[in-house]
Amino acid sequence: MATSNGSSTGTKITALVVDDDRVINAIHCKLLNKLGIENHVAANGKEAVDLHCSGKKFDLILMDRDMPIMNGIEATRELRAMGVRSIIVGVSTRSIKQEIQEFMDSGLDDYQEKPLTSSKVISILRKIDFVD
Amino acid sequence: MDRKQLQYQVACMRKSLFDQGYLDEQFNQLEDLQDEANPNFVEEVVTLFYSDSARFIHNIEQAMINKPNIDYGKLDDYMHQFKGSSSSFGAKKVKKECSQFRECCSAGNIEGCIKTFRQLKLEHATLKRKLETYFQLVKQAGIAERR
Repeated sequence: MATSNGSSTGTKITALVVDDDRVINAIHCKLLNKLGIENHVAANGKEAVDLHCSGKKFDLILMDRDMPIMNGIEATRELRAMGVRSIIVGVSTRSIKQEIQEFMDSGLDDYQEKPLTSSKVISILRKIDFVD
Repeated sequence: MDRKQLQYQVACMRKSLFDQGYLDEQFNQLEDLQDEANPNFVEEVVTLFYSDSARFIHNIEQAMINKPNIDYGKLDDYMHQFKGSSSSFGAKKVKKECSQFRECCSAGNIEGCIKTFRQLKLEHATLKRKLETYFQLVKQAGIAERR
């Protein structure tokens, strides 16, 4: 069972899924839900930033790279500049090394190629010490 | 038709969708996410895809009209998104055509794009029909099981 890193009360982990694709959002939310993670959705980088500006906080952010209005690279930079310390995992179908590195350099903690699977999500949670 | 026969039909149809290359492992991943709270999750995802993909197809068609000033970058962006969406539920043949299309975009080959897009729409429509039949059969088998 997933528990929040550093929490003594076993509070539910919260996650933000940032993607402009409704199909991807539905799948990723279901994946997280199955692992007991409370999740929210933002349709682009600007919505993700606005959520944080309004005071919302998340343990984990799954950030798509290519989105309208504000893409994942810009949004990640913005969130880090705001002092957001959540675990941000880039999620994209991009597989070219330079493109992945550019995304990582914006402030990601990890990168996973789409589509996400249960085992990929569990490996993310293990890396960040959220599950045994 | 009794329950066992229906379940057998479902299993056969499912196997053929994989054997004929229409679906890949990602479809299994989605089926594993189904539970009592969401017994039709995969069907809901597929329905959402086909609802949204009509917009992708329209956008791509519009972007290809503007000969000879085709914006291959825009075309590639649309197709990149379409590919991501289709691969998320395991639409293997659709995904393959998306990749082919993107190769034609990189080469600035509009005739190749047109030909590949035609094939993509065919695969897209064929998969839709097959999955509709499959989900109908799954529902019938589920109803038979509950009797």
